[in-house]
Amino acid sequence: MITFSDKQLKSPKMQRPVYLVTGGMSKFARAFPDKRTEELVIDAMTEAAEFINMTPAQLKKYIHTCYYGHFADHFGDQLLGESVIHDRLGLDPLGNIGVKTGGATGGSTLWEAYKTVASGYSDCTLAMGWERMDEVPTDEGNNYISFAADKDWETPMGHIYTGYYAVMAQKYWQVFGKEEDSFRRTMAEIAVKNRGYARFNPHAQGPMKITVEDVLNSPTVAYPLLALDCCLMSVGAACGILADEKTAYEMTDNPLRIDIGAGSHTLRVADRRNMEIPLLPNETKDQYADLAQRFPGSDRYPGFTGFLAARVAAHYAYNMTGIKDPTEDMDLVELHDAFTISDIQTYEDIGIRPYGEGRTYVESGDCYHTNPNTGQPGKLPANLSGGLLGNMHSVGATGIMQVLEIGHHIWDRWAEMHGDEKKWAKFDRQKPEDWTDLQVKGAKRGLAISHAGVGSHVTCTILQHPDKILPGGMFE
Amino acid sequence: MSCGCEENRGTVKVVNGRYKPSGKFHFPQPNTPIRNEQGVLLGITNPRDIVHMHSYGGEAIFFESLGKGKLMASRCDNSDCETTGSIYMPFRIHCPDCLAKNTVIDITDKAKANSIVHSFMITERTGAFNTLQIPIKFVNIEFDGVCTILMGALVRGEPSIGMKVIPIFKTQNPEYIITDMLWVAEGTPASDLPEGYSF
Ligand SMILES: [Zn+2]
Repeated sequence: MITFSDKQLKSPKMQRPVYLVTGGMSKFARAFPDKRTEELVIDAMTEAAEFINMTPAQLKKYIHTCYYGHFADHFGDQLLGESVIHDRLGLDPLGNIGVKTGGATGGSTLWEAYKTVASGYSDCTLAMGWERMDEVPTDEGNNYISFAADKDWETPMGHIYTGYYAVMAQKYWQVFGKEEDSFRRTMAEIAVKNRGYARFNPHAQGPMKITVEDVLNSPTVAYPLLALDCCLMSVGAACGILADEKTAYEMTDNPLRIDIGAGSHTLRVADRRNMEIPLLPNETKDQYADLAQRFPGSDRYPGFTGFLAARVAAHYAYNMTGIKDPTEDMDLVELHDAFTISDIQTYEDIGIRPYGEGRTYVESGDCYHTNPNTGQPGKLPANLSGGLLGNMHSVGATGIMQVLEIGHHIWDRWAEMHGDEKKWAKFDRQKPEDWTDLQVKGAKRGLAISHAGVGSHVTCTILQHPDKILPGGMFE
Repeated sequence: MSCGCEENRGTVKVVNGRYKPSGKFHFPQPNTPIRNEQGVLLGITNPRDIVHMHSYGGEAIFFESLGKGKLMASRCDNSDCETTGSIYMPFRIHCPDCLAKNTVIDITDKAKANSIVHSFMITERTGAFNTLQIPIKFVNIEFDGVCTILMGALVRGEPSIGMKVIPIFKTQNPEYIITDMLWVAEGTPASDLPEGYSF
């Protein structure tokens, strides 16, 4: 579809507010030859219980419906893997269902859990996500992931998903990056930043202290994408517990308001047709009138350079919560940095920067915890968890991890959850000598983007401190 | 080591509207233990091979035509549709807007005359079961009057945005998959095409 009706673009209006009560994560790693998936899932569930001073048994008593996200049954070689996990968590006789939306599975799992509370069906829901990507050799793993592209039209070409993505990177880099070395360095800077932040996260699989040169000198995966432009392949689990207001305050003193919008676009990038740019609240039609003059080759929207699904997910979520300008209204974000290039694309799709100007979010230093240009706090820090580049991409868990990481800042518990010596020791990881507290001081609102494929599904989750709810949202 | 896989390998026919497999499909192999350096058992391998029987449905005409040197697209001809006249490549059986059955049209000449690279990538890495030669070069191809951008593999020439490319077809021993059509840079001589392919 290339035009959208008012009914389709209607702002969602939920029946009642929903809260994120708690959540937890396992360790993330490339492989866990000594652990079954259920052990990782139980690790995540246990952390969620401990976070609000409950035992897992106490926490379970509140849960009424369960959502389980994992992207590919193939990886675990187990159909209905959700049922295995549900059984091992001992959550019978609750209704439960699996959720699968590729890379956005984590975000979509939360989305389902959210709607179930908002509708009144349940007062408390579990969103649990994981991925088991280590039980096949890497080339078979790539083959499986490539089956998430169109199996007749795309998969036979190389069986390598990164390739289906790299064509988008190529187009963006040529059109909006103008093939400039400076743009290539800006891409690399994202890889340096996120892997660097991962060093302070005990859960993280891929912490690295590297330079832009290291990124630029890393091997080519799919030109123009280099190895250090690309995210990790991970194993691990993450969960969130959502509840209505009354239940949430029974469980904890400080739940966070959560709202989620979701969008979609063609599975095959090939099928994208031209359309007008749907505008976000901080944009005007006029500002894009000369886009194709400023950036020759950008005459197609979304073409290969934007993600309609991200834009539409943001459209819904911003209208639900009253966001006018994400940079002004949010204190931090976690974006789906599967590739450095898609991170930049997303800045534009969700209105952090106008189309064509995504690079300035990095170059201004706004995306850092501490702006390297000024030494002052970054205006809108991004991916302090380390993101998919440095922390993990255990697909079904990823979107949940992002939301929890935002939550840790708003709860003002980031240092506790990332600095605890016992956690570093439990995960058998060395806490760096220069470990730094990345708590965003005074954080009250944040945003997370969970993204699938070449943009087939995207969710936009907004977390807000209940004392700092933006005006103009659906309950105001 | 021979696994016997080549011997009497299974094939499938449709008889009376049902799949009828014949020959050998499964070649059982033993599970083997996975141990760590200390010899402790951690897991087991689960080897097997699996053959799916997959229907092309309304796209069969596209895959059948490639081996005959033809590129078949589809077009919405529903005059009540807001996007009537749109031509789709990749082929769509039904119009994505009105869901009417599209008309199958031959765009071979259009593709030979004016196919332009919209974007591209080059990779040395592949997933398991890849059959393309390395490095793989994808090109995304714009056709005159087609509202979508097909992805293909360029097998002769270096890709660049805006370059003109020509389709080639596996008219000898076609495999009835998307790689029966590949792409070459304009000006590639017929003598330089991969075995089995022709313009
Ligand atoms: Zn139509």
